Amino acid sequence: MTTTTTTRSDARWVAVRAGLSRGWLETKYSIQEPADLIWTLAFPVIYLVVLLFMQGSTVPGTDFALGASVLPGLVGMSIGFGGLTGPASTIAVDREDGTLLRAKATPNGMIGYLVGKILMFALTTLVSLVALIIPAFSVAGDLRLDARTWVLLILVFLVGMVATVPISVALGSLIKRASQTGLLFLGSMLLIVPSGIFYPITALPEWLQWVGQAFPYYWLGLGARSAMLPESMATAEIGESWRTLEMFAVLGVWAVVGMVLAPIVLRRMARRESGSTVAAARERYMTQGY
Amino acid sequence: MNSTEDATRLESAPPPSGDVALDVRDLRMRYGTKDVLTGVSFTAHRGEVLALLGPNGAGKTTTIEILEGFRMRSAGEVSVLGEDPAHGNEAWRARLGVVLQSWRDHGRWRVRELLGYLARFYVPFATADVSRPWDVDELIKVVGLTEQANSKVQTLSGGQRRRLDVAIGIVGRPELVFLDEPTAGFDPHARREFHDLVHRLADFENTTVLLTTHDLDEAEKLADRILVLDEGTIVANGSAEQLARELTTQAEVRWTSDGRRHVHAVVEQDPTSFVRELLEGDPGATELEVKRASLEDTYMTLVHRAETDQTTTDRAERLDRTGQTEEVQS
Repeated sequence: MTTTTTTRSDARWVAVRAGLSRGWLETKYSIQEPADLIWTLAFPVIYLVVLLFMQGSTVPGTDFALGASVLPGLVGMSIGFGGLTGPASTIAVDREDGTLLRAKATPNGMIGYLVGKILMFALTTLVSLVALIIPAFSVAGDLRLDARTWVLLILVFLVGMVATVPISVALGSLIKRASQTGLLFLGSMLLIVPSGIFYPITALPEWLQWVGQAFPYYWLGLGARSAMLPESMATAEIGESWRTLEMFAVLGVWAVVGMVLAPIVLRRMARRESGSTVAAARERYMTQGY
Repeated sequence: MNSTEDATRLESAPPPSGDVALDVRDLRMRYGTKDVLTGVSFTAHRGEVLALLGPNGAGKTTTIEILEGFRMRSAGEVSVLGEDPAHGNEAWRARLGVVLQSWRDHGRWRVRELLGYLARFYVPFATADVSRPWDVDELIKVVGLTEQANSKVQTLSGGQRRRLDVAIGIVGRPELVFLDEPTAGFDPHARREFHDLVHRLADFENTTVLLTTHDLDEAEKLADRILVLDEGTIVANGSAEQLARELTTQAEVRWTSDGRRHVHAVVEQDPTSFVRELLEGDPGATELEVKRASLEDTYMTLVHRAETDQTTTDRAERLDRTGQTEEVQS
């Protein structure tokens, strides 16, 4: 009895390590692929353009550079957008092209698949964040950059990934066709409106403030602002505070909800996968083109 | 692993469970109100190559997906390597090989990297008897992809991709391999290479193979035993020669009497008795001809019926006609 349990957990551990190498390989492939790289570098490029336009402008009523005040929001958005839309759309695609079925046909293959996906999204989001920070050096003088900044940023990044990736996996498992992933992007964009990333949340009607605060985007943006902006800027926030505890609490709730939901939904979806469902998807692509 | 000995013992007595790779009894599957499988029963012993032959829509894919553990059955008993596929754990999964039809998955991966990645999962499942997984480079050589080992999967030709599919299916040195319509869309050359590969698997590795096909010729070339599936049930089970005897019950008897040509279709197994009666009753009969339908004819009739999706009344009509003698123009 003891020996079986040991070998079983051994086998799972082997799958986790295989998954890590999968994540590393897929990150490598993704960086080598121009189509993917455009996505990864989209935010940094947009930010660069925004910085050019905002040159010399300051936040109204202060002498704080406008360009610097936008950066934390973009950092938060990169984490949220990468974590929420990325895994969902890949799962929908992998389901149709048979990648998931191969994982299912391999012992502990689903563990390897999931670990690989999470690592890949963490790494590509990190690449995009690093690329975002490079143009930010031009406004570094206005930012608060000390040890606390980096610790907090790393924490926000990690908690952000844990809060968004499982939810995204669950959403991706609910999508019936890869062509429906566009809806996810749309939904994600809509959620950015009340997130306080581009427009101060305190200027929104109160009900919209509550909507914004229910989703991870606002808290990821807030977390990034609390890490990178000087203490005086907290006055612009709700309650005139960075609300660090609340931020980790809300993101933590999302993480728990996601981690409870994702395995259930994923398992239910994977159970239905078989050679004929993949064949049906291929047939549909051949005849209808989507 | 003495397969000849196994085979002889199997014919005389019910095989001990250790030699049975597959045991399916009265398997049923129903989708809504549609019965796809209406009682499928068969066994496969270790090292045997079985072909599940039948027209499209006969239930081949449903059967194989239930055995793979990818689909829940409605009723019946199924044992795959001694376990119920509906509750098979990962250790059981490690003993199976499923050859999937790739489409565009893992397109960016290189052949060796993909096989190496998948091989890792099988390492903990090696036993004293079976060393798992295959050595990746050796496997690549066996399936003839050495030159493509560092190529991206998306650059492979259709035939090369299918060989990679087979390599992925057997990388864990499975005891039992499932192949669903393995050569669909192959050119004759690729098909032949693929057949060689399956033979090698069965001969050298003592692997049990269950494949589905709608191509009689392929079933005859590959399988030790052919199961013909029609309308959700197995209508014949045996080697190609046995099938020819079992399935082709129809024969046509033609003769001339009083200057007119007659033809009679015999439904029962043996046309001899009809001929004896005919000759005794009609001494003037000449130019006697007895022609038994070939296995191919019979199978084609089955395929044709499945494709035209005839109703029961149509079939009853056809059966009515077979007992009658018709006059034909010479």
